[in-house]
Amino acid sequence: MPAILLLEQSLNGLQFGLMLFLLAAGLTLVFGIMDMINLAHGSLYMIGAYFMASFAQMTGSFWLGLPLALVATAIVGALLEISLLRRLYGRDHLTQVLATFAIILIANEVVRIAWGSQPMMLNTPAELTGPVTLPGGMQYASYRLAIIAVGAVVAILLYLLVTKTRVGMLVRAGASNREMAIAMGVDIRRLFTAVFALGAALCALAGAMLGPIFAVQVGMGENILILAFVVIVIGGIGSIRGAFVGSLLVGIVDTSGRAFLPLFFGVFLPPQLASAAGPAVASVLIYLLMAVVLYFRPQGLFPARG
Amino acid sequence: MLELRGVSKRFGGVVATDDVTLEVTKGELHAVIGPNGAGKTTLIGQVSGVLATDSGRIIFNGADITLLPAHARVAAGLARSYQITSIFRRFTVLDNLALAVQARSGSSFRFWRPAHAERALFDEARAIAAEIGLSARLDAVAATLAHGEQRALEVGLALATRPQLVLLDEPMAGMGPQESQAMIALIAKMRERVTVLLVEHDMDAVFRLANRISVLVNGRVIATGAPAQIRADAEVRKAYLGEELAA
Amino acid sequence: MRAIAVFLLLAIFPLVMQAMDNLFYVSFASRVLIYAIAATSLNLVLGYGGMVSFGHAAFFGGGAFVVGILAVEGLRSVWLAWPIAIAVAALAALVIGAMSLRTRGVYFIMITLAFAQMIYYIFVSLKAYGGDDGLQMPGRSTLGFGRLGNDLVWYYVVLALLAAVLYAMHRLVHSRFGRVIAAIRENEARAEAIGFPVYRYKLLCFVIAGGIGGLAGALIANQSSYVSPSLLHWIQSGTLMIMVILGGVGTLWGGVIGAAVLLGLEHLIADYRIGWLAKLAPNYQDHAGLAVGIVLLTIVMLAPEGIAGFFGRRRHA
Repeated sequence: MPAILLLEQSLNGLQFGLMLFLLAAGLTLVFGIMDMINLAHGSLYMIGAYFMASFAQMTGSFWLGLPLALVATAIVGALLEISLLRRLYGRDHLTQVLATFAIILIANEVVRIAWGSQPMMLNTPAELTGPVTLPGGMQYASYRLAIIAVGAVVAILLYLLVTKTRVGMLVRAGASNREMAIAMGVDIRRLFTAVFALGAALCALAGAMLGPIFAVQVGMGENILILAFVVIVIGGIGSIRGAFVGSLLVGIVDTSGRAFLPLFFGVFLPPQLASAAGPAVASVLIYLLMAVVLYFRPQGLFPARG
Repeated sequence: MLELRGVSKRFGGVVATDDVTLEVTKGELHAVIGPNGAGKTTLIGQVSGVLATDSGRIIFNGADITLLPAHARVAAGLARSYQITSIFRRFTVLDNLALAVQARSGSSFRFWRPAHAERALFDEARAIAAEIGLSARLDAVAATLAHGEQRALEVGLALATRPQLVLLDEPMAGMGPQESQAMIALIAKMRERVTVLLVEHDMDAVFRLANRISVLVNGRVIATGAPAQIRADAEVRKAYLGEELAA
Repeated sequence: MRAIAVFLLLAIFPLVMQAMDNLFYVSFASRVLIYAIAATSLNLVLGYGGMVSFGHAAFFGGGAFVVGILAVEGLRSVWLAWPIAIAVAALAALVIGAMSLRTRGVYFIMITLAFAQMIYYIFVSLKAYGGDDGLQMPGRSTLGFGRLGNDLVWYYVVLALLAAVLYAMHRLVHSRFGRVIAAIRENEARAEAIGFPVYRYKLLCFVIAGGIGGLAGALIANQSSYVSPSLLHWIQSGTLMIMVILGGVGTLWGGVIGAAVLLGLEHLIADYRIGWLAKLAPNYQDHAGLAVGIVLLTIVMLAPEGIAGFFGRRRHA
């Protein structure tokens, strides 16, 4: 039934979008506040997934492994920030790009050394392997529903953090005007480290939750990093709201595109062509989306900085 | 030669230039003065094409250039110097000027012949250097020049494009008395060949050089006329100068 | 002149190797020279042009795929396939550049990255042409006379092309066009203010670099008669950037030096066991990437003015 297919794909898109948001939020914060391009953000996502796989195996429980993975990755993120990344603030973007690119290479090798080259197993928690019946009669994987729930809760918490708390106000002040924030006496260094650690934890959450669905392997960060960048370019650098809207847009467009375009092409193209053109065009879809958005709004949909 | 009709620009909620109407006749040196924040640099930006104009028209030699991009205005004969020195710091003085000459001597979509073989370019650059008093510093890297010399180069870059009208944005910014005198002499010499729109704070220079003066306050022109007129104008004194003019 | 001496050395080198019966290094060297061409083309747009393009792999890999696809479809002549590859790469650069160059700074970096990745996904999804596994070609392009399949001949062809590219770059950099590009890199606003339509110059520079990248791509496809999709991945773009940085941003030989150093380093680590290192870490040779990453990181962090400082080192027009 097409309506059910539509609903299922929308939910998948929502699920993917929310996880993308976890990555994009950290990325846009770091970018907006510290003015730093961090290509290694994807590596934190990968490290988070690997920690999760290990901790889940060690403790035998998905739900015990999760907080451990989050904390471990946050620590790694904080250490990285303190030892290396803070020296990159204020440097030109090319330097940042190259330095964080180098970190990607190093991180990939370190992970390979520590965990080996084979992909790691990460299973969905036992309680969530079955389907859930949604109102309307449709069956949907309960794990995916859990992802949506977790993603939504975190999005709301993040929103509250940024808009309602003092820390959030500092963060927003920092995003729009760093000098002013410093002038107001904010301890910038600790704020930055905290923001970075938070971003790392969010990456780990995404990596951990998506681990059972996608493979946990070296290089997994690079592919999703690109999407995260597309998201923040579309959403506007420095804006959480932009990251949210951008992630949902990208998540839904990408997922639906991959699901429906081959079918759509199949209607009027010979099957061989359709099965080739479908995925090809689907991959391109979000970049077209980005190009269109940028044409009308070169600074993204919700630029945080004037 | 240059006509501004009702030119305005806003930045968000701030009105920078407000319905500015003024004209510069050929051969004159027309000064624009006004307190800080009056909108003088914005006005220059609009005339040179770097800033878009929200409303109003800019007419140059009879042609409406309001929508013309900056580089095209240079081709039309309009040049500009910057208040904050904006030169090619890592190039030598000679290369700086040669580049500006190159911009107005034929196409630069040439990929094979070495540019340093083009004698004519460099001869002209040397001539400009002589005019601005930097003949002794031709091979010096621009970043190593003294402030006054950099300001001279700044103006020289504008001159090297063989303009009919030059927009000088506070050429004497940050200069000591001796350097200022040199700059005044430079401008006096230059005006024999080009029409000048001069934005300046240095009242000595303004009153010595200007044929006419327009006063800009809060983005509006409150008075235009000969120097003696402006000096005597009560509005101007009230809005702007006080002691300075009375002296 | 130094350049002639270097090329003489490079010309004699394979004959020496042949005499020593060690043709592996001839093949390795031609690979290095091909990457030198690719890195040099990036240096044009990044080093001289000041445009931080993170999508150069699109032109490099794109050129390779054009040659590969044409070969599989039966068009194997050098005289057709290679110019087509260059033209397609240049066209791609025109389209990508036209859109990307409207943006500044970090947006530009991200957009070039994104577009290149888009092209990667397009080619990977073409199952008919190898998809994930890459494209196997029937052999090297055909000349009509002589055989490119002979590694020695191939080396000389690549060497000749490298010499041609470097010479062309040399002329370009010193030409009127080159001066304008250098000026734009130095002070874009002022370049526009003295009358240069900056956007057009940057775009043309981008297109030329893309075309040369496409040539390098055509060559790399021929090197092993195989086109890997990884040639299009943004990691490849990063690798080319590393070469440019290592070799010297904005210098004529930067691409050559960088390619030689990077590929040489990888080869040394992977193929030569260092006894004491092996005792410490028995598998170190599997992790050449780590050394590359650390070297790159060190260079980037320690350069006093950052990479921008490198821009100051080069001789001026």
